[in-house]
Amino acid sequence: MNKTVDGNRRIIASQHVKIGQKNRKDQTYTDPNKFFFETEGKAQFLTGSEVIKEAIRLASVGTSVAYPITPQSEAAALIGELFAEGYLDEYFRGESEFAVMGQCAGAAFGGHRVFTTTAGPGTLRAIENFPMWAGARLPIQVCVTCRGINSPLSIQPDTLEMHYLLETGMMVWHAETAQDLFDYILKGFIVAEQPDVHLPIAVCCDGFFVTHTKDTVVLPPTDICLPPYDPYKSPVPAMDMECPPVRMMRDPFVMKSNYISYATHASWQQEVRGAMERSRKHAIALLDGLVDIENGDQEVLFVTSGTAVSQSREAIRLLEKDGIKVGLVKIKTVRPFPTEEIREATKHAKHIFVPEFNMAGWMGREIKAILPDNERVVTAPHVAGGMTMPSEVIVEQVKTTLGIAFEPLAQRG
Amino acid sequence: MSQYQVKAGPEAYLPPAAASMGIVLPDPGEAHIEGKIVSEDKAYEHCAKKLLEAKVPTIFPGPLVLWKWNEKAAQKAAAVRRLAEILPARIIPMADYRPKYPKIDPEVEINPNHPNLTIWHSNIDVGLFVGVHCHQANLALKIIRGGTNCYTLAMCAQAGHEDACLSFRDATVEKIDKLTATIERLKKEGVKSQAEPFTQFKMDRTGRVD
Repeated sequence: MNKTVDGNRRIIASQHVKIGQKNRKDQTYTDPNKFFFETEGKAQFLTGSEVIKEAIRLASVGTSVAYPITPQSEAAALIGELFAEGYLDEYFRGESEFAVMGQCAGAAFGGHRVFTTTAGPGTLRAIENFPMWAGARLPIQVCVTCRGINSPLSIQPDTLEMHYLLETGMMVWHAETAQDLFDYILKGFIVAEQPDVHLPIAVCCDGFFVTHTKDTVVLPPTDICLPPYDPYKSPVPAMDMECPPVRMMRDPFVMKSNYISYATHASWQQEVRGAMERSRKHAIALLDGLVDIENGDQEVLFVTSGTAVSQSREAIRLLEKDGIKVGLVKIKTVRPFPTEEIREATKHAKHIFVPEFNMAGWMGREIKAILPDNERVVTAPHVAGGMTMPSEVIVEQVKTTLGIAFEPLAQRG
Repeated sequence: MSQYQVKAGPEAYLPPAAASMGIVLPDPGEAHIEGKIVSEDKAYEHCAKKLLEAKVPTIFPGPLVLWKWNEKAAQKAAAVRRLAEILPARIIPMADYRPKYPKIDPEVEINPNHPNLTIWHSNIDVGLFVGVHCHQANLALKIIRGGTNCYTLAMCAQAGHEDACLSFRDATVEKIDKLTATIERLKKEGVKSQAEPFTQFKMDRTGRVD
């Protein structure tokens, strides 16, 4: 980088003409810096689905489009309640996930802040639209409550679908807890809508573990809300049928066969990825860094995201009882990937474990790809298809790698 | 710190986006010169010198200043005109972003999808973008850096452009006028414009009228 970017907990371009005014629900449009850093919250005991509803209550969302698929259906239905209460301008059910994402694009092209939810096979059914959102620079937010995607079908937690999102051009953030989910949804809108970013964002959480369990979450008061989306900050013209990106829908110039078009297309994709890079500065400010590090000076580290972080925390406690000290690197944003942060955090580690809730071990591969001496990376343990990942299994993996004898969990009956 | 510098090209068949090479945009009150963060005052000076040194200094106004969609746009357009006249620089508009086939007329227009044609046609060595939507500006700036030797300047109304060799951010009428004043001062101090003589073309709805 040509300048230092640190978590100064302020975000640029937070001014909006409506800040200080009230909306029809008597909520005051509040400067994001004040909203996130200067507002006292109150603890509540909520499920992840309820947390999604409470985030959207404060998010000044214009349109939300719903389609049922477990485990996000409850959240989608709860947002319908918000619509009935008058918090949203538009809310309806699409014909399928593919249709939903197209309808979201239309609403975003028209200048609305747009939110939707999906999961598992729904994410894959919708996926053609995600690179289109990114290429059209639409700052739509989709909350992905991850679940199994394979046949035989499973509705249970599994993060394989996140792997399919990594090269769509969308930002991908991964919440560990319901509190993260609440914070990431609201902060996600602000980062996604920065004029130099202006990209869609997938805020992911692990289905059921986060969506269907109750947790203590600190929420701001309901009489404030985010400033609305400002379409005049868009880096592309809004809804101009003659100009890209809208014109691409009716006249795909990029498909025409000459060198200039190919160069345009390639440059266009580079610009989308450039915008992703620009999101770092804003995400670092709002999330206080792209990773959280605990005891990073240890020779053994867990590096992972989502609820695998929570399981790793418990494994750290169990290992400490046996005199084995382990540090933790929690990855908050998967795209942009915190490459430099992970390199720095792991530079003294001898063993780097990557527990994951999917069969592919894509996070392990991501980490291996950016680290020198990547034989240090142990891409295990993996579970999938809805299995839980007992902390004891993580402990066993560490002890196996370190050559420490133990009684396997599977022998305990 | 990134070692990458955003220099005039031709850089590569497909040069990288500067953001992907670690170039971070300036914060309010800052600008960048070739990827290095500097104060705005330093950028005015450098920008003015680059424009005065150029043989074919050219301003590319985009739709955000060409069309009177609000009063500010009209004021900004007038400021751009003052800037062009003080230099002098020719004005070649990027009136919209429509793909033009079989090809544009590179003498009188520039397009973000193939801006290199316009640069090559008139041998433009320094170009200033103003009033172009950010996505299209970055697209054009990168293609120009890839295939031409044009030194690019951006007077961006939002967060700036790391794909330009020099970029301001949060551009206003006052900032454009400050650049004009800097040029005026340098000229009074004896710096002479190196611009080759030219006649600014004029157009109406029927095409060229000069």
